[in-house]
Amino acid sequence: MANTFTETLTAGLWRRIPPFRLVLGLCPALAVTMSAENGLGMGLATAFVLILSNGAISSLRNVIPSKVRIASYIVIIATLVSIVEILMKAYFFPLSEQLGIYIPLIVVNCIVLGRAEGFASKNPPFISMVDGLSVGIGYAISLTLIGSLRETFGAGTWFGIPVFSESFEPMTFLVSAPGAFITIGALLALQNIFSRWRGEKFIQG
Amino acid sequence: MDLVYLAISATFVNNILLAQYLGNCPFLGVSKKLETAFGMAAAVVFVTILAATFTWSVSAYVLRPYDLEFLQTLTFILIIASLVQLVGIILKKMSRTLYNALGVYLPLITTNCAVMGVALLIAKKELGFIEMLVYSSTSAVGYGIALILFAGHRERLQISAVPKSMQGTAVALVTAGIMALAFMGFQGMAS
Repeated sequence: MANTFTETLTAGLWRRIPPFRLVLGLCPALAVTMSAENGLGMGLATAFVLILSNGAISSLRNVIPSKVRIASYIVIIATLVSIVEILMKAYFFPLSEQLGIYIPLIVVNCIVLGRAEGFASKNPPFISMVDGLSVGIGYAISLTLIGSLRETFGAGTWFGIPVFSESFEPMTFLVSAPGAFITIGALLALQNIFSRWRGEKFIQG
Repeated sequence: MDLVYLAISATFVNNILLAQYLGNCPFLGVSKKLETAFGMAAAVVFVTILAATFTWSVSAYVLRPYDLEFLQTLTFILIIASLVQLVGIILKKMSRTLYNALGVYLPLITTNCAVMGVALLIAKKELGFIEMLVYSSTSAVGYGIALILFAGHRERLQISAVPKSMQGTAVALVTAGIMALAFMGFQGMAS
């Protein structure tokens, strides 16, 4: 039991860290990572939804008929997302303005539905919530990393604090749309190199 | 004239896929072959216009007059999910050829954030009925154009020598980035 617990807890942080290992949930990873702060906010919002939706779905897994399970999952997830949306509007208004439509779009983020279908529908509530926590935190870390890279080199700041001296010319390209695609592509390639160097199984291909 | 402006802006300048980053999962998933990309593009255009019409009506006649806007996310996703199911059933009954062409892509569309994204953007911009029709159809066509162009690129990529660590998703994303760069060239046309 203790073994599966630690395994589940660490899996989301490296072995299936989204969106790199688990190529799901790319849209927010591309869209909101203009700055490290946005990335972190989005990641935490998704993590919150993921933990609670995994918990709720796995508690109800024996009640939900398998024919309508996807629809039921979507209703549960949409309810949680609405809660997050309202909470963010109340307590983090500037952030919620910046993230805009990407907060309600957590509903269609494939990670949430993917973990619900792949893990929570087969496991008891506690371990499912642990899985939600680990994948959610992994996702938040990745988004913050992408956001940090784009913000540091694209705008010369990190979490709004200037990191370079005056003479640094920011590469504005990284903050705009194409920069997002290329940053994530480059990170994926780096991760592939690293996996091959460690002799792990080559996943993307 | 405003409508033309809106159409150009939605198709090219604010391309839903390359400038707003919506619908990337199916974008990477189904763009390996030109044929499947065509099917997916057609299905997206079809469902987006329908979904936008329905969500617009519900939002304008039910949610806004009764101050129920906090239910927006929940209603929209339910409308889209049931609409996709319904379209699947109707197509199966009405037109076998169309169903064979689009059928397999329909379930994928529920989780395509482009459809939901267009619906949410329309609600956010508070567009009128005609504007909504123009916006949703041109956005969807823009998505289709980007998807089909990208599928062409990926077919070429399969026969070219890509460095080992870049293979698969990595090179696809970089290609998409270069395409987004090209689409940025439209920026002078409208905003």
